[in-house]
Amino acid sequence: MHHGKYRFIIGFLVAPLALYVLFVVSPNIQAVLYSFTDWSGYSQTQNFIGLDNYVRLVKDPMFWTALSHNGVLLLVLPIVTISLGLVFAFMLNLGGPRRGAVARGLRGSRFYSAVYFFPYLLSVAIIAVLWEQAYNPRGGVVPRAMSALGIDPPRDGLLGTPSTVLWACIAVAVWHGVGFYVVLFSAGIASIPTDVLEAAALDGVNRFTLFFRVVIPLLWDNVQVAFVYLGIIALDFFAIVNIMTPHPEAVGNSTEVIAHYLFTRAFSGDANPQYGYASAIGVALFFLTLTLAAVMFRVSRREKVEF
Amino acid sequence: MTLTEVRPPAPVSRPAGSGPRRPRRVAERSASAGFQAILAAWALVSVLPLIWAAITAFKPNPEVFASPWQLPSRWDFGNFARAWGAASIGQFFVNTVIVVSGALVLTMLLSTMVAYVVARYEFRGNRVIYYLFAGGLMFPVFLALVPLFFVVRNLGLLHSHIGLILVYAAYAMPFSVFFLVAFFRTLPTAVAEAALIDGCSHSGVFFRIMLPMARPGIVSVALFNVLSLWNQYLLPLVLNQGDKSTAVLTEGLAALVAEQGYASDWSALFAGMVIAMLPVLVVYLVFQRRVRQGFVAGALK
Repeated sequence: MHHGKYRFIIGFLVAPLALYVLFVVSPNIQAVLYSFTDWSGYSQTQNFIGLDNYVRLVKDPMFWTALSHNGVLLLVLPIVTISLGLVFAFMLNLGGPRRGAVARGLRGSRFYSAVYFFPYLLSVAIIAVLWEQAYNPRGGVVPRAMSALGIDPPRDGLLGTPSTVLWACIAVAVWHGVGFYVVLFSAGIASIPTDVLEAAALDGVNRFTLFFRVVIPLLWDNVQVAFVYLGIIALDFFAIVNIMTPHPEAVGNSTEVIAHYLFTRAFSGDANPQYGYASAIGVALFFLTLTLAAVMFRVSRREKVEF
Repeated sequence: MTLTEVRPPAPVSRPAGSGPRRPRRVAERSASAGFQAILAAWALVSVLPLIWAAITAFKPNPEVFASPWQLPSRWDFGNFARAWGAASIGQFFVNTVIVVSGALVLTMLLSTMVAYVVARYEFRGNRVIYYLFAGGLMFPVFLALVPLFFVVRNLGLLHSHIGLILVYAAYAMPFSVFFLVAFFRTLPTAVAEAALIDGCSHSGVFFRIMLPMARPGIVSVALFNVLSLWNQYLLPLVLNQGDKSTAVLTEGLAALVAEQGYASDWSALFAGMVIAMLPVLVVYLVFQRRVRQGFVAGALK
């Protein structure tokens, strides 16, 4: 019965492995190798230049500009999105009037979480196109809403003004993401045992305390996962920037991020693409991602609450 | 945790007299009303841009930015016709359907094969293969981007459906394998063993017994893949190189906006956006719970 086993295993693994190695594994390895070469343009010559690309990277002011914007994103995007997600999930699931001792969900909570999830389903590329129109200084809905609220929208539009453009982009990412985290945290709240909530209610805990002292500690694992996810999005952020600021130099490059910078070095269509240098930026991005995950899972580790 | 042990007998939970509790009740009810208002406000924020896009898609061009919150003076279905034809959205739509369905079938087939073998058979290198795929989740696509472009170019597969299908499938594998391995591990072993003893071949067991048993997990992964492949932007952008005849919806729409010459026909652009968003929303409305559960389960694994 076992003689066919290895033939079967190999037969099942060959095709998937071949495809995966060809398009995923080998490009990743090649990228590391390219990052040590001066490969540029369509010339076939690639000279090994050691760490020159990395030295250049460290001295490249645009890389640091891009990195600082990723830094802003890394701070703002997760904190805003997760806070909104937690607050909404709390209101939806524990914000209702108390029945017996324990607070219940609000009426319409299923409808709300279904609606909140809509934006998350759409392609970032398409919502970027949509919001670009919404921000349009000549009649877009956002500047109109601002005027209605008595705020003067900037003359060149939120996307045309260096001081506002990054924030306008972040707002789109928050709008896109919140629904997912509401659903994620709602699942977390649903798995908190009723015993715990009953005990809190008997202790006369108010909602404020319930939120900060009971719900957040018990959801800490989910929050941690959310931080890593949003951190990865903050380190990418390519589609929104590439679509919403098609002329980055017009807004003083105030939305340049590492992923977009890499893309322009390799595929901007000018005569002299810098494949070696772009690969070095890719390696830097990889290590940033790795560091992020390591830091998030290490530093944010608290005492785990078992239930 | 210790809190669970603190469970006083039920009668204690209703202390004598409900008089002093009244104000609290009222406060609570108004808090709930406040919550309702906040939640309704965010619901509006979530859907208003989409409703705006849907309404605008029916407007005659001059009304697009002139009066964003008014209903169209006449419902102009011609916008959709122009979007589909003149603006090539129809072409993009067909391209997207071809590429996504091809990639979906391929990645589901290959991922279930790998996941099944890794989850259910012991052999040397089992762990290595698992980590090779699961580890792919940690690598940003941007790292592989430049060499990937040349791998595809050297195969002569730039701006081709088949090239995109193969690449999409390959990049969807890490998540699919990761998720399905966990799923196959939860399935009982007895049925498969009985079938093997009865003389069923290994691949017979896979196709006739394990695949049907694994259906819920496979459906979840497939839904996740449909949505994420439909929304893919970076890979087609690099591998199509602006070729309109093979462009998918995301890159096609983004290119439309970027083209200044197109700036005059905004209503067709909005119609195009609606065409691109509709299939995803339909899939969601049909499979709602499943989609949300699948996404959440995927995140927590």
